[in-house]
Amino acid sequence: MSLFAALGALETGLIYALVALGVYLSFRVLDFPDLTVDGSFPLGAAVTAALILSGVNPWLAMLAAMAAGAAAGAVTAFLNVRFGILHLLASILTMIALYSINLRIMGAPNLALFSEVTTLTPIEALPLPLYQAKPVVFLVVIAFAVFALNWFLNTEAGLGMRAVGANARMARAQGARVGALIMIGMALSNALVALAGSLFAQSQGFADVTLGVGTIVVGLAAVIVGEALLPPKRVWIALVACVIGSIIYRFAIQLALSADWLGLEAQDLNLATAVLIVLAMAAPAARARLARAR
Amino acid sequence: MKPVRLMRAVGLAAAVGAPLAALIAPPALAEDASVAITQIVEHPALDAARQGVQDALAAQGYTVGENLEWTYESAQGNGATAAQIANKFVGEAPTVIVAIATPSAQAVVAKTKDIPVVFSAVTDPIAAKLVPQAEKPGGNVTGVSDLTPVGLHLAMINEALGGGVKTIGIIYNPGESNSKVLVDLALEAAAEQGFEIVEAGAPKSADVKAAAESLVGKVDAIYVPTDNTVISAFESVVGVGEQAKLPVFAGDTDSVERGAIAALGFDYYQVGYKTGEVVARILKGEAPGEIDVQYADLTMMSLKVNKDAAARMGVDLPASFLEKAQ
Repeated sequence: MSLFAALGALETGLIYALVALGVYLSFRVLDFPDLTVDGSFPLGAAVTAALILSGVNPWLAMLAAMAAGAAAGAVTAFLNVRFGILHLLASILTMIALYSINLRIMGAPNLALFSEVTTLTPIEALPLPLYQAKPVVFLVVIAFAVFALNWFLNTEAGLGMRAVGANARMARAQGARVGALIMIGMALSNALVALAGSLFAQSQGFADVTLGVGTIVVGLAAVIVGEALLPPKRVWIALVACVIGSIIYRFAIQLALSADWLGLEAQDLNLATAVLIVLAMAAPAARARLARAR
Repeated sequence: MKPVRLMRAVGLAAAVGAPLAALIAPPALAEDASVAITQIVEHPALDAARQGVQDALAAQGYTVGENLEWTYESAQGNGATAAQIANKFVGEAPTVIVAIATPSAQAVVAKTKDIPVVFSAVTDPIAAKLVPQAEKPGGNVTGVSDLTPVGLHLAMINEALGGGVKTIGIIYNPGESNSKVLVDLALEAAAEQGFEIVEAGAPKSADVKAAAESLVGKVDAIYVPTDNTVISAFESVVGVGEQAKLPVFAGDTDSVERGAIAALGFDYYQVGYKTGEVVARILKGEAPGEIDVQYADLTMMSLKVNKDAAARMGVDLPASFLEKAQ
């Protein structure tokens, strides 16, 4: 694996860390399995690309992308809270609707952003090659996101949200506004995912309607891999674990891509990725058992 | 640190570090030239294009395993993985990177301004912003487009059915950029030739059967363009066509073997072959920016007919039409 590839994997891992944080918020904090992310990730990319190409300030475009993601999450929560539609189905409905909406927003299935000014353009001015500067900048962005999310989850609203996820009935009995908290949490979760989509489009230079395929799988894998490697005793540790899980997932793919000498061929990529993640997760458990046996 | 946690940390380091250390060293390049080829998904037409690239290079004196280092990766349909493959290739800095299909090509072009990139099977390289113009594109990117002559396809359908065709149904995935371009071309060509087009969208391969069924009774023939989603489920379209006696035509010749009556298609092997010739020119010292983007010509087209499929769909093909088939 070259340095370029390793830093590229780090960059993609950091972008998808935002997805992992969003999935952590819905799946772990609110206990709301949310497939909306398969739609809100390309939604963030679509809104950003369409707005930048029509001449809107890229920072405004990125904010609009987050707002669109928040709206998508709120719709899923609304379907669940107000109409009592099962959370999984509500999120599936929003996700499939977003496929059409994303096509409408872009007006085409693929928009190219090469040569446009984006929020990442200022990075080119840094005294580092772009492939080294981007991961550094994203690391700062993710650190800020982790810090802000940790702060939020310790405010009254955040604590209420954690209570809703732990035991909704008890939270309601304590006077928490369960419906409103679910809506806010889901909006926040999908805003983070849309931000990831927006950054992906700006970093890779294009938005494509198929970008969202499997986003939830990547997000869940990152959350669970992170938890296995770094037991989440506190909220901030859980958030950092999400980031680590996401990076490990990307390195697993990059390693699988570099494993030609094992006799692996291109078609074995997904299998090799899965095996590498199993190894990463099984190693700590196996070590612990060995230590106990001694 | 508690012993258990220490063990965990050691385990993590072992799990991630050992394979990392083993793989971090790039392989030594002993060959004259190296070509790295990235492809968005495994697909018969794209695989044929890849084979064409390899064979054209061999004909030009670059043989895999002798004097050519050849690396191939597929993103298995995932955009983020395509970006990671681009990272891998740009990091290894081969002589030329070949990118098959639009998302793979965009992922590579986003990563390098120096390494020559040759795209293949990209329908509209200008809209995808791979090149600013087709003639002498400048920069480090050129390639071969597979923009389909849809007008010829529609005329071929009319000819195969003995004339008198009024409406033609098109099944495609509205999410595929290549397909949308083709449908727009079809609408344009149909207006010129006096046909009416009925569109049926199929966002997933599981939706293809329903899309085909929705056309029964509304159209004289079904035309399936080179749409990756619909072609993955082409048997569903053929099944509907045979049951409803509705003739099915395709935009690629591979689908004729799978039950389409006829196709005036790209031979994707030939598209790949032409791509390979462009790669060879770059390996011999030409600058990619000086090589025009190549579009379809008749040498890349072939008419293929499946008489059994025609019989099953209740079509009697004219003798004059059959004579043109290869």
